[in-house]
Amino acid sequence: MFEPFMIRAILAGLGIAMVAGPLGCFVVWRRMAYFGDTLSHAGLMGIALGLMAGIDPIVGVIVTCVVIGGLLFALQFQRRVPTDTLLGVLSHSALAVGLIAVSTMQNVRLDLTAYLFGDILAITDTDLAWIYGGGFAVLGALAVLWRRLIALTVSEDISRAEGFASTGVRLAFTGLVAIAVAIAMKIVGILLVTALLIIPPAAARRMAHGPEAMSLVTIAVGAVATIAGISASYAWDVPSGAAIVAAAAAIFAASIAAGAALRIRT
Amino acid sequence: MSAAADKTPAVALVGAVLQRNDRYVLDHVDLRVGRGEIVTVIGPNGAGKSTLIRAVLGLEKLDAGEVRRAPGLTVAYLPQSYQLDPALPLSVRRVLTLTHTPSEARIKAVLEELDIGQLLDVSALRLSGGELQRVMLARALLREPDLLVLDEPTQNVDAAGALDIYQIIARQRARTGCAVLLVSHDLHVVMAATDRVYCLNGHICCSGKPEDVGRERAFVELFGETAAKTLAPYHHHHDHVHGPDGAPHPHHHHHDHTHGHHNHT
Repeated sequence: MFEPFMIRAILAGLGIAMVAGPLGCFVVWRRMAYFGDTLSHAGLMGIALGLMAGIDPIVGVIVTCVVIGGLLFALQFQRRVPTDTLLGVLSHSALAVGLIAVSTMQNVRLDLTAYLFGDILAITDTDLAWIYGGGFAVLGALAVLWRRLIALTVSEDISRAEGFASTGVRLAFTGLVAIAVAIAMKIVGILLVTALLIIPPAAARRMAHGPEAMSLVTIAVGAVATIAGISASYAWDVPSGAAIVAAAAAIFAASIAAGAALRIRT
Repeated sequence: MSAAADKTPAVALVGAVLQRNDRYVLDHVDLRVGRGEIVTVIGPNGAGKSTLIRAVLGLEKLDAGEVRRAPGLTVAYLPQSYQLDPALPLSVRRVLTLTHTPSEARIKAVLEELDIGQLLDVSALRLSGGELQRVMLARALLREPDLLVLDEPTQNVDAAGALDIYQIIARQRARTGCAVLLVSHDLHVVMAATDRVYCLNGHICCSGKPEDVGRERAFVELFGETAAKTLAPYHHHHDHVHGPDGAPHPHHHHHDHTHGHHNHT
């Protein structure tokens, strides 16, 4: 259990839970689940790019996610194609292009399953540095933007009319989600990153009466799910991302059941 | 109000044009709200009232014309419709302090004034429509703006409550000297507290003091005799300017000189 790679995996999981908690809350509040999917699917292209360029794949992923995030941000102002259709098109074509790019790289032997569903063995010290360095930067920026983002989420019209928050705040938030998705990708896997952003806040919703409290509960839910998932991955040799998401889903189901039980009792 | 202040309005629309699907929503609209002035926009459904207000606030992009806003103007906005998303837990206190942090004493005072003092620490998601309306109005008042923009501030509120709300708006103006731009359907209650009225139906049909606008034929055509009499209790006919085609010709009654009579301090 306490082999070095497990300690790295647990540390990575906790770091990711810490960042994914508050950001995931905003993804839920602002209904950006599909947006997160698109970013993470584009991540595979980033991995391919990183490998081709001979740099750390995580750098390729961060760059790709931020670029795609900026592109999506710009595209939401167009009216030609409905936004959810556009996200669907981009999300799956990004995944397809990524898969093609990765599979054509003859000289690189790549464990695709590890990238798609997460792999605890894959976490290096460099990844940890990215997770914690990037994570604290994201959390710091989020703290600065917090009040404006809450206002923007409650009413975009009021925030803009009163000059309290603008498109710049939204763009910055898009960038933060892109970075968070990129750093969470390795342990949770490309196909399951969005689940880690969505399920813990959904589970935390019933346990909190304010946005900050909900974020903290979300971090706790995420941390428990990550540790449980990583342990299960180690014990039964299942993909870590799948185990983490399954653990989070179990907590979500329990929160729903507990909520229903409380309502019946009162 | 000083004459100088009157020359620089808090906000003005100049020749505002906004088209949607080749239809004019705003057709060369001129509108000004002087500092300390209460201006009401009335008009039938679909007349573009909310769009006009949103254009003033910079929320709608104009196809032509411009918005002139006094520099450094603090704005507070009560939109016509908003929904709180149950995914985001929020207390009433949190809603009230959304874009501004008023003192605890002010929060208590304004909530008491609006008769919702008991709601301060409850979840905003549990409020009825009327309660939420009052909370959103309280939020706008608590911002202590230079320009208070209210889109149908009394929807979901009964007639007695509506009267209270207009008195509260008038008191806020008297206390802070803020300019107020509002959209309303409650012709008779709102007029008591309004300095100037713009009657909108895509274009400005008529504008002026409430009692004068009630005499305009354009107004009578839009709203009917009863409404006109509400505005102009001493209704008497006199000549109107109309285009040769019989359409209401823009006949602005800018009774700007009357604003000086109001005591805004």
